[in-house]
Amino acid sequence: MTDTSVAGYAAGDTRSKPNFKRLGSALLPWALPIVLLVVWEIAARTGLVTARLMPAPTTVAAAFWKSLLNGSLIVHTLASTQRALIGLAIGGGLGFIAGVVNGLWKPAETLLDSTLQMVRNIPHLALIPLVILWFGIDETAKIFLVSIGVFFPIYINTFYGVRTIDPQLVEMASVYGLDRKALITRIILPGALPSILVGLRYALGFMWLTLIVAETISATSGIGYMTMNAREFLQTDVVLLGIIVYALLGKLADVATRAIEKRVLVWHPAYQGGQEGGR
Amino acid sequence: MSAADFYVPESEAGLPISLSRVGKTFGKLSVLGNFNLDVPAGQFLAVVGRSGGGKSTLMRLIAGLDTPSSGRVAIGGRTVERLHPSVRLLFQEARLVPWQRVGENVGIARGADWQEKARRTLADVGLDDRENDWPSVLSGGQRQRVALARALVSEPQILLLDEPFGALDALTRIEMHRLLERIWTERGFTTVLITHDVAEAVALADRVVVLSGGAISLDIAVDLDRPRRELADPRAVDLQRQILEAV
Ligand SMILES: Nc1ncnc2c1ncn2[C@@H]1O[C@H](COP(=O)(O)OP(=O)(O)OP(=O)(O)O)[C@@H](O)[C@H]1O
Ligand SMILES: [Mg+2]
Repeated sequence: MTDTSVAGYAAGDTRSKPNFKRLGSALLPWALPIVLLVVWEIAARTGLVTARLMPAPTTVAAAFWKSLLNGSLIVHTLASTQRALIGLAIGGGLGFIAGVVNGLWKPAETLLDSTLQMVRNIPHLALIPLVILWFGIDETAKIFLVSIGVFFPIYINTFYGVRTIDPQLVEMASVYGLDRKALITRIILPGALPSILVGLRYALGFMWLTLIVAETISATSGIGYMTMNAREFLQTDVVLLGIIVYALLGKLADVATRAIEKRVLVWHPAYQGGQEGGR
Repeated sequence: MSAADFYVPESEAGLPISLSRVGKTFGKLSVLGNFNLDVPAGQFLAVVGRSGGGKSTLMRLIAGLDTPSSGRVAIGGRTVERLHPSVRLLFQEARLVPWQRVGENVGIARGADWQEKARRTLADVGLDDRENDWPSVLSGGQRQRVALARALVSEPQILLLDEPFGALDALTRIEMHRLLERIWTERGFTTVLITHDVAEAVALADRVVVLSGGAISLDIAVDLDRPRRELADPRAVDLQRQILEAV
C-alpha cells in the first residue's frame, strides 16, 4: 500500500512539466539526422563533395517530387512491394508449415531437418545465376529468390518455438482432456508465436535484401530497376532516392511487425503496462 | 479418451481408488513394490514421504498418466488404462496457460457454458471478477486458486493434489487450506493430497499414509473435528509426532 502512494506522489510531482519533456524526447532521435542533412546540403552546395557523386538533399527531394508526379515512383514501389509480399506469403507460408510439421512430428523432422539445415548454408543470393537460367528475368525468378530468403528464418524460428513449448503445459492440457487439435491451436501455436514473430522480423529483413539484389540484376520494374536504370544515365539523385525508398519500406515492415507483436502478445509480461518489449 | 469407457455413477460425488499389488520400476530403479492402498469414495487422504520416495509416481499412476509395471490401479472398480475424465490433477506449479485469460484457463476444456461455469467456479475460490486478467498479473496464491478452479469446474469425482501449496508463503497456504477444506466438505470428492508438510496433512486429511521405501510405513486416521482451526490441538500435535517418526 505504501508503494502505490509513493508512486502516486511521484506521478503528481512530474506533472508540472510533462509536455515539454515529452516533446523533447520525441524530437531527440531526429536531431542527428537533421544535422547530417544540413551538413550534407552545405557540402554539396559549396562543392565540397561532387554533386554528380553525391547530390544535395534538396536535389534528391526534387527527384522524389518529379518521380512522384510522373507516377514512376509509385509504379516501381508497387512492383517491388508486390514481389516482396508474394514471396513472403509463399516462402513464409511454407517455412511456417515446415516448422510446425517438423516441430510436432518426429519422423518429418528426421526426414527433412538435416536436409534443410544443409540447404540453409547455401547463401541464397548465390543462386541468382542459376535462377536466371531457370526462370529468365521474369517475375518468377524474383519471387523464387524472395521465397527462399524468407523461408529459413520463418522455418527455424517456428520449429524452435514449437519445440520449446513447456512440456508441463502439454501434460496439463492432456490431463484436462484437450484433443490434438485444441492442443495445437490453443497451446502449441500461441506458445510458439513469440518465436515465430522473431522469425518474421528477420524474414522481412531478408525479403528486402533479396529483392534489392534481384531487382538490381534482372528486372524491368521495381525500385532496384529504377536505381540501376538511373545509374546508366548518371542520375545519382534517383539512385539515392531508390536507396531511401528501400530504407523506408524496411522501416515500415519493422513498424508493422512491432505493431503485430504488441497486438498478439498482449499476454506477455514484456508487452504489458504500456511498455515496449525490450529487444 | 471417451467417458463411455468408464463406469461413472451419476449420484456419487466421489469415486473410490484402489491399488492392489502395484509395482513401478524405472529401469533398474524400483520406486513402488507390491503396493496396496484403498481409498474409499469421498475420503480425504494425505500421502507424506521423503523426497524421491515415489509420491508423484503414485499420483501419476492414479491419474493414468503412467502405467504400473505390475499390479492394478482401479477407479470406481474399473482398471485405469488412460486418463480418467473425472479425475483432476493439481500440480506443484499452477501450470496456467499464459496466453489465455484467467476465465479461459479455467474453462480450458471449453464445453457447454464454459464461460458461465468458469465465472462461478472462480467466484467459489474467491476470485470474483478476475476472469479477464492475464495469469502473469496474478500472485502465486491467486494462480493456485485459478488452477484449483480449473480442476473443480468439471466437477471431478477425484481430486489429486501434488504438493500444490509447497511454493506458497505460510499465510497464503493457510488460506488455501481453508478454501480446499470448505470446497471438499461441500462437494465430497475423493481427495489425495501429497505433501512434505506433516502439519498440512494433519490439518486437512481424514487419513494420513506415510510412504517410505516404496511401501506404506504408517496408515493413520485423523479423527479431528472440522473445520480444523485449532492449530495447537494436542491431538493434532501428537499425530504429527507419530507421522514424523514414521517418515
Ligand atoms: N520418468 C522417470 N524415469 C526415471 N525415473 C523416474 C521417473 N519418474 C520418477 N523417477 C524416479 O522415481 C523416484 C521417485 O520419484 P517421484 O517423483 O515419485 O518422487 P516424489 O516422492 O514425488 O519426490 P518429491 O517429494 O521430491 O516430489 C525418483 O528417484 C525419481 O528419480
Ligand atoms: Mg513429487
